[in-house]
Amino acid sequence: MKQLLTGNEAVARGAWEAGVLYASGYPGTPSTEILENLIKYSGVYSEWAPNEKVALESVIGASFAGARSLAAMKHVGLNVAADPLFTLSYTGVNGGLVIISADDPGLHSSQDEQDNRHYARSARVAMLEPSDSQEAKDFMKTAFALSEKYDMPILYRMTTRVCHSKSIVDISEGRTEMPLIPYEKKDKFNPIPEISKKLHSKVERNIKALEEYSNSTELNYIEWGSKKTGIIAAGAAFQYAKEVFGDNASYLKLGFTYPLPMEKIKGFAKEVDELIVVEELDPVMEIEIKAAGIKCTGKDKIPREGELNPDILREALLSTKHQTIDVSDIQTAKRPPVLCAGCPHRGFFQELGKLKDIITVSDIGCYGLAPKDIAICMGGGFSVAHGAQKVFSLSESSKRCVGIMGDSTFFHSGMTSMLEAVYNNSSVLLVVLDNRITGMTGHQQNPGSGFNLKEEPTNLTNIEEVAKALGVKHIRVINPLDLKEVHETLQWGLSFTDPALIITRYPCALKKYSTADKSEFGVLQSICRVDAEKCIGCKACVKTGCPAILFDSTTKKASIDTTQCTGCTVCAQVCPKNAIIKEER
Amino acid sequence: MEEVKNILLCGVGGQGTILASKILANALVDAGFDVKMSEIHGMSQRGGSVFTQVRYGKKVYSPIIGQGSADILVSFEAMEALRYVSNLAKDGHIVVNDYRIQTATTASGKEGYPENIMETLKKKANTYVLDAAAIATKVGTAKSMNVVLLGALAKLMKLEDLNWDAAIAACVKPQFIDINREAFKAGMNAVS
Repeated sequence: MKQLLTGNEAVARGAWEAGVLYASGYPGTPSTEILENLIKYSGVYSEWAPNEKVALESVIGASFAGARSLAAMKHVGLNVAADPLFTLSYTGVNGGLVIISADDPGLHSSQDEQDNRHYARSARVAMLEPSDSQEAKDFMKTAFALSEKYDMPILYRMTTRVCHSKSIVDISEGRTEMPLIPYEKKDKFNPIPEISKKLHSKVERNIKALEEYSNSTELNYIEWGSKKTGIIAAGAAFQYAKEVFGDNASYLKLGFTYPLPMEKIKGFAKEVDELIVVEELDPVMEIEIKAAGIKCTGKDKIPREGELNPDILREALLSTKHQTIDVSDIQTAKRPPVLCAGCPHRGFFQELGKLKDIITVSDIGCYGLAPKDIAICMGGGFSVAHGAQKVFSLSESSKRCVGIMGDSTFFHSGMTSMLEAVYNNSSVLLVVLDNRITGMTGHQQNPGSGFNLKEEPTNLTNIEEVAKALGVKHIRVINPLDLKEVHETLQWGLSFTDPALIITRYPCALKKYSTADKSEFGVLQSICRVDAEKCIGCKACVKTGCPAILFDSTTKKASIDTTQCTGCTVCAQVCPKNAIIKEER
Repeated sequence: MEEVKNILLCGVGGQGTILASKILANALVDAGFDVKMSEIHGMSQRGGSVFTQVRYGKKVYSPIIGQGSADILVSFEAMEALRYVSNLAKDGHIVVNDYRIQTATTASGKEGYPENIMETLKKKANTYVLDAAAIATKVGTAKSMNVVLLGALAKLMKLEDLNWDAAIAACVKPQFIDINREAFKAGMNAVS
């Protein structure tokens, strides 16, 4: 049976077929749908962990206990999980262990476009790279088998274009149940220096053995076409190369990409006139191939930045372009993503934006769409703000730093960030924008939402109680849609010389309310309407950035799109003429 | 069919481009084509510009359509059609919904929303302007304007004979199947 699946759907299917028993991860584009799909299959335990590090650690525990286990995360998530990864490389596994790294060349939804193929090399683990959905499914079985055979975690590198593109997958195979590999106490699970020295030798031996595997596996195959040009490619880049060159080149298509099949590459290079390495982002393969004394080209022509596509390759390698319609006279307005109509973050930023001498230090989430000065990484809002505040305070600057994170990012790595500010005591103002869900990635449960990945009720962790336990002395919980309350609480929070915490608590406008949400927040049943008689066209409402608010430049009147409006009333509260009225829907 | 055909659907997050492309891809797979479809999730859900690329033929490699390569551009919103014109092949068709959605910058007056969009598009390529909301309302609900546009696309790509009834039934809730089938037919008729 054939079905059109995304890479993420296919990889979940493949893991299920391979008999995976345990899966954990933290949501992040483009990896999120992997676990969301895996949870639909029976016989697999899947969970959202608070962050990627603990996700991988729990997966390591599951593997040692004997289960085939899977961790899934986005590229920057693997940075968070890098600590256990490097030791896991030494300990090896019991049940097969696969780590999916979903990279984001082109930064469709990320703060950087790091190339995680480097991790395979530095952590000394084998790597597979599927180039479409069929491979995303099929390679999973190979990955688990290799992990068990070579006593090694397998890095499974996907990219946005493989994760989110749909292609046809044969799904006639079912699941192979894998019995647990019995747990036995072993030295390798306890990597003290004396043991680790031996383990490192084992790792190098296994990598050597995998070089042989890489040279012989059908995952690395040659497709002969014209021998004038030979192309080495993996992942999405292979598809682009095929698109551009068709039969006018020969291909060494790599599915098993670390260690590289250097003997196969040497043999291929001998057969072709010119060897080109086509890879997205860094010249990872190219450098190793050149170091092996094989002549090739690659990054001298193909850009190192951004996502590749057939156009880029065509221009870089063939110096040709498709003819296009002349668009030099066309101008369009930008359409960046914005905070949704009714977004509870809007009220908070409306008031924060009025304050002078404020440095807004945010992290990763929807609220990053609001104005901010600084953002580095998930959970970084408080600690980056703390460091900046210390320097401003020491230099007697009047600048005040406001550190911002969301509920999910607070639990991800914000708790230690908060502790840094408390322990080393600065006058930073801490804000958790608690919208009761992980918003940006499309509504995943988290430790503060009261539900798990399976949408079953679970233990709920309360942010203010955590903050109290961490030593924050001044804490207020407010409704961010009440602008007066937001304004007063900001003044209150900035009056201290030690860290104060504001928690703005209101569900995401797109969230499906739980019973607890309904009883705590009620259900928004109203909409807002502009009284055109009273509207003076001052655009105060438009400036809140709500996409439901329209402005007619001929009549100079605002109006509200009732299909989008949630009745949050932020616009009504900023209107100087009380021209916006709340009504029952 | 040896030749690979390229379809580009664009619009604004929340307009139903993804559902329309899902129905399209389903019908194409059912007809025996190799199909690849690419869309970007994530930030684009937040009211940003969105586009889905569908490619079909005997064998498809790249999931992405390049510049000057789309056989048809179906835009769910007026200005978004302008944004993606450069992806259209010289002899390609445009189906554009006569429907405007302001952006954050045009609503606040920082940028102007382009004027005379339909005239500009007509100068660039063979353009079909549809008031998809009105057509959809006539058959039942404005919400099915995405399927009206899909009907127009099917007609212009000569894909009328695909099993659209089954593809629609596979992708929408049972209570909306009939209304969407009507919307699809109305879309086909709008460009004949």
